[in-house]
Amino acid sequence: MKIEGKVWKFGDNVDTDVIIPAPYLVTTDMDELAKHCFEGVDASFAEKVRPGDIIVAGRNFGFGSSREHAPMAIKGAGISCVIAEGFARLFFRNAFNMGLAIFESSGVFQGIQEGDQVSVDQDTGEIIDHTNGKRFLANPIPPFMQELIEAGGLISYVLNKRRP
Amino acid sequence: MPQTITEKILAAHAGRDTVVPGDLINVPIDMALANDITAPIAIDLFEKSQVQSVFDPERIALVPDHFVPNKDIRSAIQVQIMRTFAKKYHIKHFFELGEMGIEHVLLPEQGLVLPGDVVIGADSHTCTYGALGAFATGVGSTDVAAAMITGEIWLKVPESIKLTYHGQLRKWVTGKDLILYTIGDIGVDGATYQAMEFTGDVIKDLPMADRMTMANMAIEAGAKNGIISPDEVTLDYIKPRAKRAFECYTSDPDAAYAEVKTYDVSSIEPQVAFPYLPENTRSISGVGTIPINQVVIGSCTNGRIEDLRLAARVLNGRTIDKNVRFIIVPATPMVYRQAMAEGLLEVFLSAKGIVSPPTCGPCLGGFMGILGPGERAVATTNRNFVGRMGHSSSEVYLTNPAVAAASAILGRIASPEEL
Repeated sequence: MKIEGKVWKFGDNVDTDVIIPAPYLVTTDMDELAKHCFEGVDASFAEKVRPGDIIVAGRNFGFGSSREHAPMAIKGAGISCVIAEGFARLFFRNAFNMGLAIFESSGVFQGIQEGDQVSVDQDTGEIIDHTNGKRFLANPIPPFMQELIEAGGLISYVLNKRRP
Repeated sequence: MPQTITEKILAAHAGRDTVVPGDLINVPIDMALANDITAPIAIDLFEKSQVQSVFDPERIALVPDHFVPNKDIRSAIQVQIMRTFAKKYHIKHFFELGEMGIEHVLLPEQGLVLPGDVVIGADSHTCTYGALGAFATGVGSTDVAAAMITGEIWLKVPESIKLTYHGQLRKWVTGKDLILYTIGDIGVDGATYQAMEFTGDVIKDLPMADRMTMANMAIEAGAKNGIISPDEVTLDYIKPRAKRAFECYTSDPDAAYAEVKTYDVSSIEPQVAFPYLPENTRSISGVGTIPINQVVIGSCTNGRIEDLRLAARVLNGRTIDKNVRFIIVPATPMVYRQAMAEGLLEVFLSAKGIVSPPTCGPCLGGFMGILGPGERAVATTNRNFVGRMGHSSSEVYLTNPAVAAASAILGRIASPEEL
């Protein structure tokens, strides 16, 4: 399955306080969290993002807290996937559990610029920057985890399987 | 096959003789915890699953500590959700106001986490309990929901890295300085996905409070868990508190580590982590003149009685600088009472500080001392990201309680030696 969108770029060590500041951890509504996504560094980010857009980042994306509000805010804002040089452990686990597709790949930070049009093939892990023609490789997402993302996260996936 | 302490705990729980890094295992948990920010999500998912009961009402801890005493209506609702759930499913360890404390100080104090346990928590600083020789790791609310149903969690066995500390600790150098120094050395992703095993003569002589401070900040290096082998110090702490059996494991001498690092602590000074990363450390002698507006002593990192005693010792009857707001947060009611009995609260109040009820509050920019634009705080907390304690232009400098107290007195980041 293919994901395609316009790129928003962030650097290394993007932490969970920057993704969703603590004052907003009083709601679990994805749409509300989305409004405050990256608010501390770009107050207009949530308004500018269009459904399907992609985040490209450096190392250690999502580091800090275990708050699932972080991948929820990103997903709620309409981001279709996050491509990064590396992910923090808790964010990695929580992203999949929330149904947010993520891809780890070397060279994407140097090779992809903000505003580029990028596509990702979840089956092969191939990332193509259609603006400059460059290609990158990430670990593909195995079919059962693609189902997990399509279901909207771990619990939906588990409950779907339980129903007759 | 030789095993590290982390591997031994996981193998035992997985019903195997040995495990290797990279193994995917399913293990029963000894305790799962969540707080007022993370529990509502887990509870919502649990209710949607329509399961009739939790796996074990005595192995779940619900601690409303982040925005409590209720900071606003929405926070009150989050705690109501926890309270209702605890009552419905007979959760023994729900901590109401008056018993509530910061989760990672409260659970060990109450004997709820023990050596050899597998503990998961919907909070990144769950790694704190590794100081007791448990495998303890932070997870998301969804993982805790699944664990409340099944009593199990799937885990990937981490590589272990060995960090050995030897030499003589200098005056005013504490567990906080050792972990800040280490994170400054290896970086905020220096131990990503790994088990940080703290060893050496210095660790053996370290009091339990300092060990917990070190394990607490393992997450700030990206680690899956931090861990210290149980010894006499651990048993002295555990024995009066444990109400169930526990198991002490130690690493085999020839166990395999992904990396081994050795630190000679004799040259380590008190550390200060500058904005905006815990790895941005400097020795106190190299800090320069940085005026400050607020000092916070507290949090799951340094909110224990030992930390309050250290701060009070440095204060020694002085008042703080008139430009500084001084906030002391004893981490649990027991710590609060003990501080009161020892006369520490009088020291803090006479200094013109305030004493807050137990709460995470200011550490994460929740409430109880938020920073305005351009303000600077010295804090004994664990993170100093952009906007962590308030406005996005405010700054947080991480230190130990002695440096925090000295800074409150002098109105700038300072060492107790300068007093």
